[in-house]
Amino acid sequence: MSISNKEYDKMTKRASPNSPVLLDCFKAFLVGGAICCFAEGLSQAFKKTTMTQDQSKTLVLTILIAITALLTGLGVFDKIAKHAGAGTMVPITGFANSIVSPAMEFKSEGFVLGTCAQMFHIAGPVIVFGCGSAAVYGFIIYLIQILR
Amino acid sequence: MTIFLALLKAFLVGGLICVVGQLLIDLTKLTPGKILVLFVVVGVVLGALGLYAPVVRFAGSGATVPLVGFGYNLAAKTKLAVSKEGLMGVLTGPLCAASAGVMAAILSGLIVSVFAKPKEK
Repeated sequence: MSISNKEYDKMTKRASPNSPVLLDCFKAFLVGGAICCFAEGLSQAFKKTTMTQDQSKTLVLTILIAITALLTGLGVFDKIAKHAGAGTMVPITGFANSIVSPAMEFKSEGFVLGTCAQMFHIAGPVIVFGCGSAAVYGFIIYLIQILR
Repeated sequence: MTIFLALLKAFLVGGLICVVGQLLIDLTKLTPGKILVLFVVVGVVLGALGLYAPVVRFAGSGATVPLVGFGYNLAAKTKLAVSKEGLMGVLTGPLCAASAGVMAAILSGLIVSVFAKPKEK
């Protein structure tokens, strides 16, 4: 099949908006799935101990956060995240990275106003919105309880 | 065999939730920070409506590890706190539920920032 350069350009233009999205989604699916799978493996292992389900859930999340912090510190996390996109951002690893990464990066601006202040640049809104909406939900439950 | 099935369910559900996030990144103009906020709030809402607990029962870590699960946890623990302490639970519930994850992230952030050199830009 012989095609001119112009035709080829047209073809790539038509094809390109779709294929990266598909590939991105595939990568996000694999990496995100693998992280959750690893976590499930840990929580299955903890089932054999005397821990309550709540404790093991917390411990699993803590382990994931610690691993993320380590990989972020070593500069490996960013390299994985570049390919994985939402695959590393949506699990708790993304939340941990959003705290550890600015804590490192803004070290040069001092400990108090650099590291400590910038830590919550992204995690702050997440906590405010999450806890805020949970408080609204709690208040609604309270109203339902006393009106009953 | 049951363990393998649990791992597979976690993989599939966790992966699918991440695909939703990837679609939001690629097809909308939302910044990553806003997507994280969105996921947590969606988790609280789904938890409040009782729609997320079945997903957690089905997929285990596949549902609790994504940030939606963080939001679900906030809603579930707040509900528990309100039923125990009444109005005071509205104040103490949400942050108590978030405490372990946030504290782990703060501590590891501090430790890493002490040891790591800020990378050159």
